[in-house]
Amino acid sequence: MSSSLTVERHPETRPPEQRTHRQVSTLPLVAPSVIALLLWMIVPLVMTIWFSFQRYNLLNPEAREFIGFGNFTFILSDPGFWISIGITILLVVSVLVITIGLGTLLAILFDQEFPGQGIARVLAISPFFVMPTVSALIWKNMLMHPVNGLFAQITRGLGLGAIDWFANFPLLAIIIIVSWEWLPFALLILLTAIQSLDHEQLEAAHMDGAKPLALFRFVMLPHLSRAIAVVAMIETIFFLTIFAEIFVTTGGGPGLATTNLAYYIFLKALLEFDVGGASAGGLIAVILANIVAIFLMRSVARNLDT
Amino acid sequence: MGTLEMTRKNSRKWLWAVLGWLVACLLFFPIFWMFLTSFKTEVAAVATPPQLFFQPTLENYVEIQARADYLNYAFNSVAISVGSTILALLLAVPAAYAMSFFPTKRTKGTLMWMLSTKMLPSVGVLVPVYILCRETGLLDSRIGLIIIYTLINLPIVVWMIYSFFKEVPKEILEADRMDGASTQQELRHVLLPLALPGIASTALLSIILSWNEAFWSLNLTTADAAPLTAFIASFSSPQGLFWAKLSAASTLAIAPILIFGWFSQRQLVRGLTFGAVK
Repeated sequence: MSSSLTVERHPETRPPEQRTHRQVSTLPLVAPSVIALLLWMIVPLVMTIWFSFQRYNLLNPEAREFIGFGNFTFILSDPGFWISIGITILLVVSVLVITIGLGTLLAILFDQEFPGQGIARVLAISPFFVMPTVSALIWKNMLMHPVNGLFAQITRGLGLGAIDWFANFPLLAIIIIVSWEWLPFALLILLTAIQSLDHEQLEAAHMDGAKPLALFRFVMLPHLSRAIAVVAMIETIFFLTIFAEIFVTTGGGPGLATTNLAYYIFLKALLEFDVGGASAGGLIAVILANIVAIFLMRSVARNLDT
Repeated sequence: MGTLEMTRKNSRKWLWAVLGWLVACLLFFPIFWMFLTSFKTEVAAVATPPQLFFQPTLENYVEIQARADYLNYAFNSVAISVGSTILALLLAVPAAYAMSFFPTKRTKGTLMWMLSTKMLPSVGVLVPVYILCRETGLLDSRIGLIIIYTLINLPIVVWMIYSFFKEVPKEILEADRMDGASTQQELRHVLLPLALPGIASTALLSIILSWNEAFWSLNLTTADAAPLTAFIASFSSPQGLFWAKLSAASTLAIAPILIFGWFSQRQLVRGLTFGAVK
């Protein structure tokens, strides 16, 4: 980016004896972090893979045995699993569309100068700092409750009746809650990206008679495309494993209506105590997340100047 | 012509102000409503029509401490988020220092690899981590969560400190070295003061993320080590409506982090996007 156009001193410009002297000592500095992360990544992952090939239930640990791909064939033929995949995709895609669509518009709005802009921006990004269990319960009880919730009170006051969100539109309710939590994130990142846009360029295009819509389409959007990609990928990684919001509101129900992949695995693991099945599901989640991660890593690597 | 342009610009400014403030208030409203409800009685909290003006009471704040021992959960949250942040900084600062000032050809690969550990979905390792914690007695313990949060946040912490160190002008360090400063002196008197604001905002982000983490805290704690995320989740049981108490507990639980977040919003962008957006 243009802001990082400082003069880079390369290590070669240092006196050679100093460079070699210093470099020998860097390994002990880096090693603790690397070893800690290596253990954290490898040990549980190997265990997950190991368990996923076993019949292993914590309620009946004696019956533990190797069953090859048994857990995978069982899970892949479980309609509940495919429902959870569908719900995961629906959840991820709709929250992505909402947060990035609205986030872009709001970023443009908060890029304008107006009185009290700083305070307004702080208020707008606040939901991101609210812990997920609080957000979910506030929305579930005080806003979306079918009798005493504020929404129901307002619509009933207008003579429209009330919506029982978590009975009739449970997934939509979750989507709204998660969107509220993450819209500020998209707004914050995209606003930062917009502010790095050269405003003189915008002015010039404006002077040349470009309409606001054309400005947005041909100047703003291309500039934002990278930031949007980064937001989309980071959000996807978080949204693939949305858990707390479901845990405290619907518990995956009614039926399986809000059971996403993370919740499906949780149900298998800590309610059915089916270690093998949960591990197989977990492995599938890891693979899905990695597909997304590859794209994110590429985008970050491109921006890394070491 | 000039005045016309001025009025048009002025009126547009006011249009932006109205829109901006409307959006801000809408987004902030749930938090405001929660804050308001925390000062109502339980009866007033569910009253029809909703009350905007009422006789405020502090009874909910007293009750959550007296009946649910709120401070115990708050202490767990503080201990876990501060503990894991200190541990992560102890691991990350030396690593980031080495990688930013003495890069080798492996540095970029190491950084990218650290980041990639962040992509491992927690639910994929739920079972083994649960079993490991159970076997080692770390289930429902503060130490267990501190270790896990340290590892979860370590990549972000390393990345952020790395990017702050990168911005320290190398000339200053080298000039100092020419003057015969030892590595120790160089670290303490030159680098530390320069990097301290960056390290502070990194610590803030790490505290925010640990404080709000709600996958491991819900799955690995029951009572003793439960932080505020888990305490608030206990209000989800359908028996009885305790909205005013839920609001009071929630207000206390989010207030410190909200303030931290307001102060560090700019640095957050850097940390949350791994430096991909600045």
